[in-house]
Amino acid sequence: MNNYMKATDRYGKIWIWTAVVVVLMVPVAICLYYHAWPQGTAVLKGLLGVAPIYWTVGVIEVITYTPMLGTGGTYLAFVTGNLTSLKAPSALNAMENAQVKPGTEEGEVISTIAIATSSIVTTLVLVLGVCGLTLIAPILNSPVLVPAFDNILPALFGGLAVVYVSKNWKLAITPLIFMVVLFLALPSLAGSVGVLVPVGVLVALGAARIMYKKGWV
Amino acid sequence: MSFHVNSSFMYILAVCVIIFVLAQSAFFLVRAYRRGRELGIEAVKLKKTIVSTAVFTVAPAISILIGIVTLSKFLGIPLPWIRMSVIGALTYELPAATSTANALGISLSETITDPKIFSAIAWVMTLGIMPSIILPPILMKKIQGGMIKIKNKDSKWGDLFLTSMFLGMISAFLGMVFANVRQGIAGWIPIFVLLVSAAIMGVCGLLIKKCNMKWLETYALAISMVGAMIFAVLITPVIG
Repeated sequence: MNNYMKATDRYGKIWIWTAVVVVLMVPVAICLYYHAWPQGTAVLKGLLGVAPIYWTVGVIEVITYTPMLGTGGTYLAFVTGNLTSLKAPSALNAMENAQVKPGTEEGEVISTIAIATSSIVTTLVLVLGVCGLTLIAPILNSPVLVPAFDNILPALFGGLAVVYVSKNWKLAITPLIFMVVLFLALPSLAGSVGVLVPVGVLVALGAARIMYKKGWV
Repeated sequence: MSFHVNSSFMYILAVCVIIFVLAQSAFFLVRAYRRGRELGIEAVKLKKTIVSTAVFTVAPAISILIGIVTLSKFLGIPLPWIRMSVIGALTYELPAATSTANALGISLSETITDPKIFSAIAWVMTLGIMPSIILPPILMKKIQGGMIKIKNKDSKWGDLFLTSMFLGMISAFLGMVFANVRQGIAGWIPIFVLLVSAAIMGVCGLLIKKCNMKWLETYALAISMVGAMIFAVLITPVIG
């Protein structure tokens, strides 16, 4: 690991542990300011409904996305959120356009720039949106626009796939068929697509390894 | 202290969190940009990455804003704004709020007026997502060390390994688009949207290669995404 990468790791750790404190301070501040500490059982019961799923997803996401996003990108993306629907596609598209490979230092740089830009723009859009919410809420809630935002993932991944899949179609074909068959057989899984990303990754890696050993790729 | 979900205090908290997120993003952006220049990557290429990502981010960011609007009906604006700016996503925040409300036996159809219920929801939203922020610094060395090992052992397989990981992610989302086909023609809308997005991207690719419209590279993904979203608006009333 060179000096830049070591420093990125060090700074990343400082920022992310600070983020842990900032994130935890929000409910603490609410409780202190309003003298409103909730009952432990209420929090525990609420957590029981989501923690088993989201803690598992959290572990899986960290293992899955860290190699793709690089050190700086990971430290930033996991703080700013919206990983699968925004940060990972941003990084992938940017590396593809800049013709750099993930896992290289150039890839690390481009991925970090993309994730940082995406985080800043998202934050600014939210600031502007919140400031003008009374004006834009009727537009955002308009039934005419509902299909547009309901279909944002196919609209995003269609464009992304045409570039990435066409360049690596041999590697793409097995996970693609697997996932299409899986969702056709079990449509209810659509709500848990985040959990299925690592499944797709494992299938893709298994198929790639076999093809690589056979000299097909 | 009288409680309100949209109090000035809540807005001050939100502004503090937003400043933190902007500062961290700006810090990493500047460092990566400088390193890119040191590595010999042209300034034009780096700026193109920034512009392209910025343009592409706007539509998904508006979708996140819609998430804030959805949650604001019972949690006010500042708390959803904080949660959607740090780690959060609507797919998590809504179930977290609903789970706590169910545990407390209250309905989320009206704005919360009890600060204890509000703070319980804030705690569940925060604690439920903590592994995503705590684990990266703990696991980073092991994961990146493993990647370096793979690359050092066999660099071609190392490249294929990372490409396959991205393809696995894309496959999951492409597969998901087929989940509703059994619902009849309306269930095909996401597939049509996906195909339109792919077709627009294909046309952009042709224009870039055949007509030498290099500038289009920066906006191709944003154009294909927004074009497909407009298509969804047009087609849904017809076949939805």
